[in-house]
Amino acid sequence: MTMNTQGRPTAPGEPETSFRPKTFTGNRGLDMEEPLIFEIGRTDTTGVDLDEPAEFAPELGAHARSAPIGLPGLAEPEAMRHYVRLSRNNYAIDSGLYPLGSCTMKHNPRLNEKMARLPGFGDIHPLQPLSTVRGAVELLAELGDWLMELTGTAAIALSPKAGAHGELCGMMAIKAAHTAAGRDPKIVLVPDSAHGTNPATAALLGYRVVAVDARDDGTVDVAAVRAAIAAHAGDVAAIMLTNPNTCGLFERDIVAIAEAIHATDAYFYCDGANFNAIVGKARPGDLGIDAMHINLHKTFSTPHGGGGPGSGPVVLSQRLAPFSPLPFVRKTADGPVLVETEAGLEPGERPFGRMTAFHGQMGMFVRALAYMLSHGADGLKQASEDAVLNANYVRVGLQDLMSLPFGERPCMHEVLFDDTFLKDTGVTTLDFAKAMIDEGYHPMTMYFPLVVHGAMLIEPTESESRAALDLFVATLRDLVMSAKRGETERFTGAPYLAPRRRLDETRAARAPVLTWTPPAPAEVSPQAVE
Amino acid sequence: MRYLPLTDTDRADMLARIGVGSIDELFADIPEAARLKGLVDLPRRKGELEVERHLSRLAAKNVAAGSVPFFVGAGAYRHHVPATVDHLIQRSEFLTSYTPYQPEITQGTLQYLFEFQTQVARLTAMDVANASMYDGSTGTGEAVLMAHRVTRRTKAVLSGGLHPQYRAVVEGLSGMADDTVVALPADPTGTEDILSRIDDDTSCVVVQSPSFYGQLIDLKPIAEKAHAHGALLIAVFTEVVSLGLIEPPGAQGADIVVGEGQSLGNGLTFGGPYVGLFATRQKYVRQMPGRLCGETVDAEGRRGFVLTLSTREQHIRREKATSNICTNSGLCALAFTIHMTLLGEAGLTRLARINHANAVKLKKLLAAVPGVEVLNSAFFNEFAVALPKVADHVVEALADRGILAGVPVSRLEPRNKDLANLLVVASTEINTDEDRAAFAAALREVLA
Repeated sequence: MTMNTQGRPTAPGEPETSFRPKTFTGNRGLDMEEPLIFEIGRTDTTGVDLDEPAEFAPELGAHARSAPIGLPGLAEPEAMRHYVRLSRNNYAIDSGLYPLGSCTMKHNPRLNEKMARLPGFGDIHPLQPLSTVRGAVELLAELGDWLMELTGTAAIALSPKAGAHGELCGMMAIKAAHTAAGRDPKIVLVPDSAHGTNPATAALLGYRVVAVDARDDGTVDVAAVRAAIAAHAGDVAAIMLTNPNTCGLFERDIVAIAEAIHATDAYFYCDGANFNAIVGKARPGDLGIDAMHINLHKTFSTPHGGGGPGSGPVVLSQRLAPFSPLPFVRKTADGPVLVETEAGLEPGERPFGRMTAFHGQMGMFVRALAYMLSHGADGLKQASEDAVLNANYVRVGLQDLMSLPFGERPCMHEVLFDDTFLKDTGVTTLDFAKAMIDEGYHPMTMYFPLVVHGAMLIEPTESESRAALDLFVATLRDLVMSAKRGETERFTGAPYLAPRRRLDETRAARAPVLTWTPPAPAEVSPQAVE
Repeated sequence: MRYLPLTDTDRADMLARIGVGSIDELFADIPEAARLKGLVDLPRRKGELEVERHLSRLAAKNVAAGSVPFFVGAGAYRHHVPATVDHLIQRSEFLTSYTPYQPEITQGTLQYLFEFQTQVARLTAMDVANASMYDGSTGTGEAVLMAHRVTRRTKAVLSGGLHPQYRAVVEGLSGMADDTVVALPADPTGTEDILSRIDDDTSCVVVQSPSFYGQLIDLKPIAEKAHAHGALLIAVFTEVVSLGLIEPPGAQGADIVVGEGQSLGNGLTFGGPYVGLFATRQKYVRQMPGRLCGETVDAEGRRGFVLTLSTREQHIRREKATSNICTNSGLCALAFTIHMTLLGEAGLTRLARINHANAVKLKKLLAAVPGVEVLNSAFFNEFAVALPKVADHVVEALADRGILAGVPVSRLEPRNKDLANLLVVASTEINTDEDRAAFAAALREVLA
C-alpha cells in the first residue's frame, strides 16, 4: 500500500476489474473527447481583440465579399483547451520510443527551437534589402559548408522544401546537365526497394522508370545495373539509389555502381533519407554520387511536426554544380552573397530554374545548424555510431524470435524483420503493430520496403538509452510469444487502450468525408453527444 | 554529448552482446577506401551556451522586421500572431510527432488537419481542400500539373500579375516535363488581355488576385472563357487575409485555388517554412496532389479521422502517383488553423478591414509625395507605386534611414527595365500612423 502526502492510504480497495462506468460525457477520465471547432465555435465569437477601423472607405472596386464565410471562432481559453485536448491524443517522440523505420524519430532539442525564434532569424522577410540580412546569408553559407563537408561534395542547393522536393531538384539538375550536353536519355533506373518518391519524381520529369532487382542479400548487384544499362544502351539518364538502403543495409557495390553509371554518361542520384547512419563515417561524394538530398528533419533533428515542415537541401558533385537552381550562395572576398536571379550570374553558372519562391526553409536551417554545432564533428560521428549500435542491439535481442529476411548480418541504423514468424498464428503484421500501441509504443514501419513480405522496419535512433531498448526488446519478445501461444484476441482487436480503437480506413476511402458539414436538423443537439 | 544517452560502458557491453569487437565492424560494408579514418574537418562539439552565442551573433546582423517601420510584402506578410499559437504548436505532442500513419494514436494531428481542410474550403468557397502543401509557389506548380492531368492538355497560360517567383517555379517544372507555358508580360495595373490567349489547347489559366502588384482581378470572365474552351481556372493568392474581405475565388468560378497561408500563424522566417493552401472541386478530388484527411469510425463506432485516398499517392502508386510529394506542412498548417480559430469569422473580417484601411491610408500619404504615382485602382493591403527614381536605390536609401519600405520589382524582374522604378508596398495591422508618416516623410526626403 502506498501513502499519499497527507498520510492517507491510497489503495483503491478491492479490484473491480470488469466494471467500467459508461460516462455521461463520453470522456474516460483524462482521456477526453473533443468536438470539432465547427461544433463548438460560433462565427460571432473571436479570441482576438481587434477594433473596427475608425475610418473605412474601401477601395476594393467591385470585389467585396458578398456572402458569409462560415468560420467559427473560439475565445482564447476555449481555443487553448481545444488544442491541448487534441494534442493529448497524439503519440510523440517526447512521450516514448518511436521506432518508425526510415523516418528517424530522434530527439528534437529545444535549443534549436529557441534559436529559430530569435527575431533576427524568425522575423526577417525574404525580400527585405540584402544589406539588412547579412547574418542570414552567412547562416546559409555556414550550413552549406557543413553539409558539403559532411557529404564530400562541391555545391549545394538549399531551397528544396522537403526530401521529395530535394529529389526533384537533384533530378532536374541531372536533366539540365543532359540537355546542356545535347543529350536526351529517357530511362531512370530505380530499385524496387526505393522509396515511392523516387519513381514518382522520375515520372514527373517525363522519365521512364526501369526497375533494378536486388540480390538475395537485399542489396543491388552491380551486374544487374550493368545489365540494365546494356539493355537500354545510351538511354539511361540516371540511377536513383538509396544508401544505406531501405532494408537497413549499406549498398556494398556502391563504388562499382557509380563507375558503371558514369561510364554511360549517366548520373548517380542518391536518396539521402538514411544519411544519418553514416554521418562522420563515410562521405557520399567519396563514393561517387552526383546528387543527394539531405532530410534535415531526419538527420539533423528538426521536428517532424505531425508531417512537416521538412527541408531537403541537395548536395551536388562538381559535374552538376553549375546547374544548381536559384537562389544560391556565392562566396566572395567580402563574404557570402545571395544570387537570386539570372541577371546576377557569372560565366559557367547555369541554374536550371527555381524550386520555390524565396530561399528555402530558413527556420529548419537554423535548427539543423544548431544541432550540428552542438554535436560537432566528434558528436555527429558518435551519433551515427550509436544509431547503428542501437539498431544492431535490437536485432540481436530479437533475431531468435522474429525473422530476418537477409540473415543474421549487421544492419545499419535500422533493422528489418519480416512476418514469417507470425505464420500460422492468425496474427497479421498490422495486428502485431496495433498491439504495440497497447504497450505504449508507436509501431514500427510496416509493409515497407515492398520487396519483403510483411516487412517490419525498426529504427530506434541514437536517442534511446540502453534501458529503453531493453524494455522495448522485452516487450516485443512478450508479444511474439503471446502470438505464438495463440492469444490472438490481444492482437486482432488491438488497440484496446488507445484514444481510438481500430479505425475503418476502407470506409473513409470509399465515401470520402473531407470537410465538416452540419448534421441534419433532426440530429442537432451538441449536448446529447454520447 | 548531451543528446546521447549511451555511456561508454553501455557501448562496450552492447558491442559484446552483439558479438563484435568494435563499432567499426558494424560499418564493414562501407568500402574500406571510402571509410573516414579520423574526424571530418569541422569544429568539435559546443555547449548550449556557446551555440547560443554563435547563432545570436549571426541573428544580430539582421534587421528584424518588428524593429522598424515595415512595409515589405510581395508574397510574405508580417502580421501579429497571438501568443497562444506559438505556445500550442510547441506542445511536444504536436511538435515531435510524425506523419499520422497510426491513426489510433495520432487523432490530435488528424483532427486538426480535418479542421484545417474545412477552414480552407470555406475560405476559398471550394468543395475540398488538402492538408497543405509546402507553400504557395510549389502548390501553384502542382496545380498546373493537376490541370494537365484533368484536361489531358499541356499548355498553361500565366497571367502577368502572377508573382514572378511563382511563375519561375511553374516554368521550371513544366519545362522539365516538356509542357508549354505562355507567360504574359508583367501587368501592374490588371489591364492585360488574358482572354485572347485562351484557346482549345489551353489546359489552365493561372491568375493571381490580389496580383503580385496588389491589383484585384475579376476572375469571372476568365473562368467563363476558360470553361468554354475546356480549360481550368487556377486562382492564386499570396495574402490569405484578403479572403476576409474580397469575393472568394470559388464564387468566381475557379476550379483550383492555391495560395500561401503564411499570413496566419506563421512568421516571416526569411521565406520558409510556409504553408500552401490547395482547394478544388469535388469532381477533381482524386487528381488532387498531397495528403488528405477523412472522417470515419472506429471499432466501437466512435468518430475518428484517418489519412485517406492514399491510392493517389507516391507510396502506393509510385511512378503513377499524382505527385511525388510525401509530406505536408503539418505544423505550419496547425499554426494556421489555431490562428484562424482564434480569429473566427468575426476576427478575420475585422483584421481584413484593418489591413485594407491601413493600406488606403498609406496610399493617400504616398500618393501625396511629389513624383509618386499609385498604379492600382482596386487593391487589398498591397499596391504598386511608380517612383521618379530607380526603386532599388530608393529602398536602400530608406533602409539607411531605418525604414523597410517595400520590394523593388527589379529585385524579381531585373531584366525588364520598364519596371525599374516600380515599388510594391504592403501594409498590415502592424503598421501605426507613426510608421506611415515616417515612411512618407522619408520618401519625400529621398526623392527630393
